[in-house]
Amino acid sequence: MNAERKTVLIVDDDTDFLDQTCARLAADGFEVVRAEGQAAAEDVLRAGTPFDVAVVDLMMEHPDSGFVLCHHLKKAAPGRPVILVTGVTAETGLEFDAATDEERRWVRADVMLAKPIRYEQLRREVDRLLG
Amino acid sequence: MDTLKVLVVDDEPGIRMAIRRALRGHVMRLPDLGREFAFEVSEAESGEEGMEKLAAERPDVLLLDYKLPGMSGLDVLDRIVATRQDVLTVMITAYASLDTAVSATKRGAFDFLAKPFTPDELKSVLYKGGKHLVVHREALKLAAERKRVRFEFLSVVAHELKSPTAAIEGYLMMMRDRVLGEELTAYDHPVERAMVRLNGMRKLISDLLDLTRIESGEKRREVRQIDLRDLAMAAIEGGSELAPERGISLSLAEGGPVPMRADPGEIELILNNLVSNAVKYNRDGGRVDVAVSAREGAVELVVADTGIGMTPEERTRLFGEFVRIKNDKTRRIEGSGLGLSIVRKLVDQYAGTIAVASTPDVGTTFTVTFPQGG
Repeated sequence: MNAERKTVLIVDDDTDFLDQTCARLAADGFEVVRAEGQAAAEDVLRAGTPFDVAVVDLMMEHPDSGFVLCHHLKKAAPGRPVILVTGVTAETGLEFDAATDEERRWVRADVMLAKPIRYEQLRREVDRLLG
Repeated sequence: MDTLKVLVVDDEPGIRMAIRRALRGHVMRLPDLGREFAFEVSEAESGEEGMEKLAAERPDVLLLDYKLPGMSGLDVLDRIVATRQDVLTVMITAYASLDTAVSATKRGAFDFLAKPFTPDELKSVLYKGGKHLVVHREALKLAAERKRVRFEFLSVVAHELKSPTAAIEGYLMMMRDRVLGEELTAYDHPVERAMVRLNGMRKLISDLLDLTRIESGEKRREVRQIDLRDLAMAAIEGGSELAPERGISLSLAEGGPVPMRADPGEIELILNNLVSNAVKYNRDGGRVDVAVSAREGAVELVVADTGIGMTPEERTRLFGEFVRIKNDKTRRIEGSGLGLSIVRKLVDQYAGTIAVASTPDVGTTFTVTFPQGG
């Protein structure tokens, strides 16, 4: 494996979003590890599969699957960046973000992106965090 | 007991006093609406004062003298109509001419009361007015509730269309940007998925149309003698084409004709929904067993599958609109979430019942019973 190539873990229960994002990241030269839900992602963590950044959907098996997974991801590697993707804020009017240190203390993610997200937007955040 | 607030606007103190006296301790009963009212009377001696009290006290009924010094009764009436005040107006007039009454009711008064009037005449007018008010307000409340439900439904529909739209758009953008290269065959999977999501949208749209037709009651029902066995056979043939690659076998239990009185279109919808669910939520190589039978005073339809089944908790939510049982096993199954809601509504039209028996990983059996005859 090329040492320059970065690996992205993508966790989402939306097959289409997974297909599209994985294909695009692969086309852009990333290694991709895909997990169709929190349970699958926990397996990836347990197996010790290496990756450089994680993109996690909030609502999967449970409405808060993403939050729980973020905690586990940060516990496993506090310095490894995590992007939390959610459609929740727009639909329920529930407002939260990961913009300040205070917010990042309980939302264990480096960035939060609201669905629907454009690939370019995701790519920008991935590049920035891998900086 | 509720209170009906009455405002009397009349420049004659004698009339105001008479009304106050007549309504003191009087209870109006509306037995068919299950309501009782006591009266609370307030007075004004001019149109101007009446307008002030209207705004401040928000009475339910206004007893308004036709002839007032200064601002006339009709002026007050016009103002009430113009400002859309929710008050029921009864004109009091000394000239019991048809003209006055007509001109007042044309301009928004509910009724009129001719001077001189007896306490019973007053009560009779208020009885009519009170009843109208109650019915009118209940209707408004119902309309507001309907509006709320409609908005909620629309917002769910919008959301249900948003997700496949985003998926299809994503696949199209992959093709536009040649993400998988120049070779067309590389895009077989994206095209296939886009078609699946489009089909889901198509199904949602046709289910919405079915649901609207059933609920609006606009579709003319054609109830006639049919054979449930024939329709069940057709549904099984349709169901077999749903997923030939999954090796699911469908069968109809042997037996004679099962006559019933029904709209064949509605029975087809029930059958197709139940059979397609039994296929969709089955395991590969599974079975769908359909049975129809006539029993004393009832016709029974049973659709049993050897599929993924449900937990008792999932079963309780099954018939709601846009309810889809979400778990690892159902994640890849497309559906509008309206099928069983449609089935339930149709079965209700026949005063029928639906029973569901289910065991996770073993299968689910739907039993629909239509009462017949009698």
